[in-house]
Amino acid sequence: MLTKRIIPCLDVKEGRVVKGIQFLNLVDAGDPVELARFYDRAGADELVFLDISASHEGRDTMVEVVERVAAELAIPFTVGGGINKLEDMKRVLRAGADKVSVNTAAILRPELITEGSDYFGAQCIVVAIDAKHDEELGSWRVYTHGGRKPTQWEVTEWAQEAVKRGAGEILLTSMDKDGEKSGFNLALTKAVSEAVTVPVIASGGAGNADHFYDAFTEGKADAGLAASIFHYKETSIGELKSELQKLGVSVR
Amino acid sequence: MIGIIDYGMGNLHSVCSALKRIEQPYILSGNPEELHETDGLLLPGVGSFKDAMNELEETGLIDFIKKETENGKPLMGICLGMQLLFEESTENGLTKGLGLLPGKVDRFSGVTAEGKSYKVPHMGWNNLHFLQKEQPLLKGLDEGYVYFVHSFVVQTDDRNVLAAAAHYEDVEVPAVVGRDHIMGTQFHPEKSSETGMGMLKNFCHFVEEGKQR
Repeated sequence: MLTKRIIPCLDVKEGRVVKGIQFLNLVDAGDPVELARFYDRAGADELVFLDISASHEGRDTMVEVVERVAAELAIPFTVGGGINKLEDMKRVLRAGADKVSVNTAAILRPELITEGSDYFGAQCIVVAIDAKHDEELGSWRVYTHGGRKPTQWEVTEWAQEAVKRGAGEILLTSMDKDGEKSGFNLALTKAVSEAVTVPVIASGGAGNADHFYDAFTEGKADAGLAASIFHYKETSIGELKSELQKLGVSVR
Repeated sequence: MIGIIDYGMGNLHSVCSALKRIEQPYILSGNPEELHETDGLLLPGVGSFKDAMNELEETGLIDFIKKETENGKPLMGICLGMQLLFEESTENGLTKGLGLLPGKVDRFSGVTAEGKSYKVPHMGWNNLHFLQKEQPLLKGLDEGYVYFVHSFVVQTDDRNVLAAAAHYEDVEVPAVVGRDHIMGTQFHPEKSSETGMGMLKNFCHFVEEGKQR
């Protein structure tokens, strides 16, 4: 039986890991290669790197980081942020990433998903979705540009469109919950998990093992992603997994 | 010396860095003459079966691989590379494989016998069940979790080539296969933590022992 995956996320800016609370207030949390090695040894099932560099220099630094990280890791890792065209995907995958994640660029030009999927296979293409509850829509609205710009997309419709175009996985972040540590957005996670046929990674709001348990059971997520609770050693992956195991969740 | 067969498919970087980590000398090449000089071959691969066979055909590697393995050179296929060892696949239209192991490759149906639908690809960490503990890749290892990403799965009537399996819904997934010096893993050993790295080491030992025979 497949296990539920626990995925630490590293937001990388100009070569350093940082973490924002609701996309603001970046605080330095360390060297990405060090953290990657640490999480590999600690039992992480996968890693996600999001490049939030503003400049081209920062993006070039990221390719070097990917190469150095790839040399250390014996688990899969995904790189996202600043991937706007097939060429960007090639660069990152050649540097040693196993998957790429696309967000804003996929909304602006959904063909990008198909191009990547046809070239590398669907398993390489993760579509990241930032969603926020919307009264008018009576559902969750998809946002782009790091959560700054609302789109016309309702979240399940966009998730289905992304899968139809070749996404192999959905990385779903609740903007309402991000950085709050009050639990994943279960209704959102469930809605998207039930709408698509590919794995869904729940993100945003993880604070403790119960939150992951709820995301895997009620939320029907295949994986749970978190950043700050791991970076600041509030929860170790080992402890988290043993608690989940006690609750009857299959973990590695 | 291990030869990693480079035929333009998929991400070879992760296999290379895994061999570096275990300090195994290797070359990465698509040239049969260079690869002939090595003691064992690794056939990686991500992508579609048809594209892979076409690439191997165009580069003259099909005949090369067949000849080398006939002469007893060890070969390990990884992921798509393992599927290529079998007779045929239905991916993007029926395509002939290398035919080194008996069996065919078909897509996960996505529905169990009871009519319950499940997710394809089979993606994530799944537990291995060893069926042949003495298979060279499994020697000295314990059953553990390994990382799978695939939508197509090998089907074989010959239980002798099944060394380890994983269970996904109601499908028994051939995970480690092998006969004599030809073997492979459906999962990515280089992405499967200690269990996977152990199998890469085992293959390298097997190649090393073969040299001394």
